[in-house]
Amino acid sequence: MELLERFAAGDLEAFEALFRQHQREVYTWIVRIVRDSGIAEDLTVETFWRIYRSRSRFDPAGNFRAWSRRIATNASLNHLKTARRETELPEDLASAGAADPAVRRETREQIRKAFFQLPAKYRVVATLALIEEEPYNNIAEAMGISAALVKVRVFRAVRILRRKLNSLGAEAGAK
Amino acid sequence: MTNEENSKEIEALLKATISLVQDPELRRDLWPQMLRKLDEQRSPVDHVPWFDWALAGILGAVLFLFPGAIPALLYHL
Repeated sequence: MELLERFAAGDLEAFEALFRQHQREVYTWIVRIVRDSGIAEDLTVETFWRIYRSRSRFDPAGNFRAWSRRIATNASLNHLKTARRETELPEDLASAGAADPAVRRETREQIRKAFFQLPAKYRVVATLALIEEEPYNNIAEAMGISAALVKVRVFRAVRILRRKLNSLGAEAGAK
Repeated sequence: MTNEENSKEIEALLKATISLVQDPELRRDLWPQMLRKLDEQRSPVDHVPWFDWALAGILGAVLFLFPGAIPALLYHL
Protein backbone atom coordinates (compact mmCIF):
# COMPACT_ATOMS: atom_id res chain seq x y z
CA MET A 1 0.00 0.00 0.00
CA GLU A 2 1.29 3.45 -0.88
CA LEU A 3 2.35 5.91 1.83
CA LEU A 4 -0.59 8.27 1.24
CA GLU A 5 -3.06 5.40 1.31
CA ARG A 6 -1.60 4.12 4.57
CA PHE A 7 -1.77 7.64 6.00
CA ALA A 8 -5.42 8.03 4.97
CA ALA A 9 -6.12 4.67 6.61
CA GLY A 10 -4.73 6.02 9.91
CA ASP A 11 -1.25 4.45 9.92
CA LEU A 12 0.86 6.49 12.38
CA GLU A 13 4.15 5.40 10.81
CA ALA A 14 2.97 6.67 7.43
CA PHE A 15 1.99 9.95 9.09
CA GLU A 16 5.45 10.22 10.67
CA ALA A 17 7.08 9.61 7.28
CA LEU A 18 4.93 12.34 5.72
CA PHE A 19 5.64 14.66 8.63
CA ARG A 20 9.36 14.23 8.24
CA GLN A 21 9.13 14.71 4.47
CA HIS A 22 7.08 17.88 4.64
CA GLN A 23 7.76 19.60 7.97
CA ARG A 24 10.46 21.92 6.59
CA GLU A 25 8.35 22.95 3.65
CA VAL A 26 5.29 23.61 5.80
CA TYR A 27 7.39 25.51 8.36
CA THR A 28 8.98 27.64 5.61
CA TRP A 29 5.56 28.54 4.21
CA ILE A 30 4.18 29.44 7.63
CA VAL A 31 7.19 31.47 8.73
CA ARG A 32 6.88 33.56 5.59
CA ILE A 33 3.32 34.41 6.62
CA VAL A 34 3.63 34.91 10.38
CA ARG A 35 7.29 36.03 10.35
CA ASP A 36 8.08 34.55 13.74
CA SER A 37 10.11 31.35 13.96
CA GLY A 38 8.71 30.22 17.32
CA ILE A 39 5.10 30.75 16.32
CA ALA A 40 5.81 29.09 12.97
CA GLU A 41 7.07 25.97 14.76
CA ASP A 42 3.90 25.77 16.86
CA LEU A 43 1.73 26.37 13.80
CA THR A 44 3.58 23.67 11.88
CA VAL A 45 2.65 21.17 14.58
CA GLU A 46 -0.91 22.55 14.64
CA THR A 47 -1.07 22.15 10.84
CA PHE A 48 0.01 18.52 11.00
CA TRP A 49 -2.42 17.91 13.83
CA ARG A 50 -5.23 19.19 11.59
CA ILE A 51 -3.86 17.06 8.75
CA TYR A 52 -3.89 13.99 10.98
CA ARG A 53 -7.42 14.69 12.18
CA SER A 54 -8.66 15.11 8.60
CA ARG A 55 -6.81 12.09 7.20
CA SER A 56 -10.01 10.20 6.38
CA ARG A 57 -11.11 13.05 4.10
CA PHE A 58 -7.83 13.07 2.20
CA ASP A 59 -7.87 11.45 -1.23
CA PRO A 60 -4.64 9.41 -1.55
CA ALA A 61 -4.63 10.21 -5.27
CA GLY A 62 -4.57 13.91 -4.42
CA ASN A 63 -1.72 16.33 -3.89
CA PHE A 64 -0.54 16.16 -0.27
CA ARG A 65 1.77 19.15 -0.68
CA ALA A 66 -1.02 21.45 -1.89
CA TRP A 67 -3.40 20.13 0.77
CA SER A 68 -0.90 20.66 3.58
CA ARG A 69 -0.07 24.15 2.33
CA ARG A 70 -3.75 25.07 2.35
CA ILE A 71 -4.19 23.80 5.90
CA ALA A 72 -1.02 25.65 6.93
CA THR A 73 -2.35 28.86 5.40
CA ASN A 74 -5.65 28.50 7.28
CA ALA A 75 -3.82 27.84 10.54
CA SER A 76 -1.64 30.92 9.98
CA LEU A 77 -4.65 33.02 9.08
CA ASN A 78 -6.47 31.91 12.25
CA HIS A 79 -3.39 32.77 14.27
CA LEU A 80 -3.14 36.26 12.77
CA LYS A 81 -6.84 36.84 13.43
CA THR A 82 -6.55 35.95 17.09
CA ALA A 83 -3.07 37.32 17.80
CA ARG A 84 -2.49 40.85 18.96
CA ARG A 85 -3.10 43.19 16.07
CA GLU A 86 0.19 44.92 16.43
CA THR A 87 2.94 42.37 16.80
CA GLU A 88 6.57 43.19 17.00
CA LEU A 89 8.79 41.25 14.65
CA PRO A 90 11.24 38.99 16.41
CA GLU A 91 14.91 39.75 16.06
CA ASP A 92 15.70 36.79 13.81
CA LEU A 93 13.26 37.81 11.13
CA ALA A 94 13.01 41.51 11.79
CA SER A 95 13.51 43.97 9.04
CA ALA A 96 15.90 46.20 10.92
CA GLY A 97 19.07 44.66 9.58
CA ALA A 98 18.01 44.47 5.98
CA ALA A 99 15.90 47.60 5.79
CA ASP A 100 16.67 50.12 3.12
CA PRO A 101 18.69 52.88 4.84
CA ALA A 102 17.34 55.36 2.30
CA VAL A 103 13.91 55.09 3.91
CA ARG A 104 13.61 57.22 7.03
CA ARG A 105 13.35 55.36 10.34
CA GLU A 106 10.15 57.21 11.22
CA THR A 107 8.57 56.25 7.89
CA ARG A 108 9.61 52.64 8.37
CA GLU A 109 8.00 52.57 11.79
CA GLN A 110 4.78 54.01 10.39
CA ILE A 111 4.71 51.46 7.59
CA ARG A 112 5.39 48.61 10.00
CA LYS A 113 2.64 49.84 12.29
CA ALA A 114 0.17 50.20 9.43
CA PHE A 115 1.15 46.81 8.00
CA PHE A 116 0.67 44.94 11.28
CA GLN A 117 -2.72 46.58 11.73
CA LEU A 118 -4.00 45.19 8.43
CA PRO A 119 -6.87 42.69 8.73
CA ALA A 120 -5.47 39.15 8.64
CA LYS A 121 -6.76 38.17 5.20
CA TYR A 122 -5.20 41.28 3.63
CA ARG A 123 -2.01 40.93 5.62
CA VAL A 124 -1.51 37.37 4.36
CA VAL A 125 -1.87 38.30 0.70
CA ALA A 126 0.18 41.47 1.13
CA THR A 127 2.96 39.51 2.83
CA LEU A 128 3.04 36.76 0.26
CA ALA A 129 2.47 38.84 -2.85
CA LEU A 130 4.30 42.08 -2.10
CA ILE A 131 7.07 41.08 0.28
CA GLU A 132 7.71 37.43 -0.56
CA GLU A 133 6.83 37.95 -4.24
CA GLU A 134 4.92 34.68 -4.40
CA PRO A 135 2.97 34.23 -7.67
CA TYR A 136 -0.75 35.01 -7.36
CA ASN A 137 -1.67 31.49 -8.49
CA ASN A 138 0.28 29.91 -5.63
CA ILE A 139 -1.34 32.25 -3.11
CA ALA A 140 -4.77 31.52 -4.57
CA GLU A 141 -4.23 27.78 -4.33
CA ALA A 142 -2.97 28.03 -0.76
CA MET A 143 -5.90 30.20 0.33
CA GLY A 144 -8.56 28.36 -1.64
CA ILE A 145 -9.61 31.46 -3.55
CA SER A 146 -9.25 32.64 -7.14
CA ALA A 147 -6.18 34.46 -8.43
CA ALA A 148 -8.49 37.36 -9.29
CA LEU A 149 -9.58 37.61 -5.65
CA VAL A 150 -5.94 37.55 -4.56
CA LYS A 151 -5.33 40.49 -6.87
CA VAL A 152 -8.34 42.32 -5.42
CA ARG A 153 -7.12 41.71 -1.87
CA VAL A 154 -3.63 42.96 -2.71
CA PHE A 155 -5.17 46.09 -4.20
CA ARG A 156 -7.33 46.62 -1.10
CA ALA A 157 -4.39 45.97 1.23
CA VAL A 158 -2.36 48.64 -0.53
CA ARG A 159 -5.32 51.03 -0.39
CA ILE A 160 -5.76 50.41 3.35
CA LEU A 161 -2.03 50.93 3.89
CA ARG A 162 -2.13 54.17 1.94
CA ARG A 163 -5.05 55.46 4.01
CA LYS A 164 -3.43 54.41 7.27
CA LEU A 165 -0.17 56.04 6.31
CA ASN A 166 -2.00 59.21 5.41
CA SER A 167 -3.81 59.18 8.73
CA LEU A 168 -0.50 58.58 10.53
CA GLY A 169 0.85 61.60 8.74
CA ALA A 170 3.33 59.80 6.51
CA GLU A 171 3.68 60.61 2.87
CA ALA A 172 3.81 57.58 0.61
CA GLY A 173 6.84 58.98 -1.05
CA ALA A 174 8.55 60.13 2.16
CA LYS A 175 12.15 58.94 2.37
CA MET B 1 0.59 61.18 -8.57
CA THR B 2 -1.89 58.60 -9.92
CA ASN B 3 -3.34 55.84 -7.74
CA GLU B 4 -1.24 53.28 -9.56
CA GLU B 5 1.99 55.21 -8.99
CA ASN B 6 0.97 55.73 -5.39
CA SER B 7 0.37 51.99 -4.98
CA LYS B 8 3.76 51.20 -6.49
CA GLU B 9 5.30 53.64 -4.03
CA ILE B 10 3.56 51.89 -1.12
CA GLU B 11 4.75 48.50 -2.38
CA ALA B 12 8.31 49.77 -2.68
CA LEU B 13 8.20 51.22 0.85
CA LEU B 14 6.82 47.95 2.19
CA LYS B 15 9.62 45.98 0.57
CA ALA B 16 12.18 48.45 1.88
CA THR B 17 10.76 48.16 5.39
CA ILE B 18 9.94 44.48 5.78
CA SER B 19 12.54 42.18 4.34
CA LEU B 20 12.13 38.82 2.65
CA VAL B 21 12.37 35.75 4.83
CA GLN B 22 15.41 34.19 3.24
CA ASP B 23 16.06 30.47 3.70
CA PRO B 24 14.35 30.14 7.06
CA GLU B 25 16.01 27.24 8.79
CA LEU B 26 13.94 24.87 10.87
CA ARG B 27 16.13 24.66 13.96
CA ARG B 28 14.89 21.32 15.28
CA ASP B 29 12.90 18.25 14.42
CA LEU B 30 9.28 18.91 15.39
CA TRP B 31 8.21 15.26 15.48
CA PRO B 32 8.64 14.89 19.29
CA GLN B 33 6.36 17.94 19.76
CA MET B 34 3.90 16.41 17.29
CA LEU B 35 3.88 13.13 19.21
CA ARG B 36 3.16 14.98 22.47
CA LYS B 37 0.23 16.74 20.84
CA LEU B 38 -1.08 13.47 19.44
CA ASP B 39 -0.88 11.87 22.89
CA GLU B 40 -2.63 14.81 24.53
CA GLN B 41 -5.42 14.93 21.99
CA ARG B 42 -5.90 11.24 21.33
CA SER B 43 -8.51 10.65 24.05
CA PRO B 44 -10.29 13.95 24.66
CA VAL B 45 -12.92 12.19 26.81
CA ASP B 46 -10.22 11.67 29.46
CA HIS B 47 -9.60 15.40 29.59
CA VAL B 48 -13.16 16.45 30.44
CA PRO B 49 -13.01 17.85 34.02
CA TRP B 50 -14.82 15.80 36.68
CA PHE B 51 -17.20 18.65 37.50
CA ASP B 52 -18.43 18.71 33.90
CA TRP B 53 -19.32 15.03 34.25
CA ALA B 54 -21.00 15.83 37.60
CA LEU B 55 -23.03 18.65 36.04
CA ALA B 56 -24.07 16.40 33.16
CA GLY B 57 -25.09 13.72 35.63
CA ILE B 58 -27.14 16.15 37.76
CA LEU B 59 -28.83 17.53 34.65
CA GLY B 60 -29.63 14.01 33.43
CA ALA B 61 -31.07 13.09 36.84
CA VAL B 62 -33.21 16.25 36.99
CA LEU B 63 -34.58 15.63 33.51
CA PHE B 64 -35.31 12.00 34.39
CA LEU B 65 -37.14 12.91 37.60
CA PHE B 66 -38.90 15.98 36.19
CA PRO B 67 -39.52 15.35 32.47
CA GLY B 68 -41.81 18.37 32.44
CA ALA B 69 -38.68 20.53 32.68
CA ILE B 70 -37.48 19.40 29.24
CA PRO B 71 -39.62 21.89 27.21
CA ALA B 72 -38.60 24.71 29.57
CA LEU B 73 -34.93 23.77 29.14
CA LEU B 74 -35.26 23.61 25.35
CA TYR B 75 -37.02 26.99 25.38
CA HIS B 76 -34.12 28.57 27.27
CA LEU B 77 -31.37 27.00 25.15
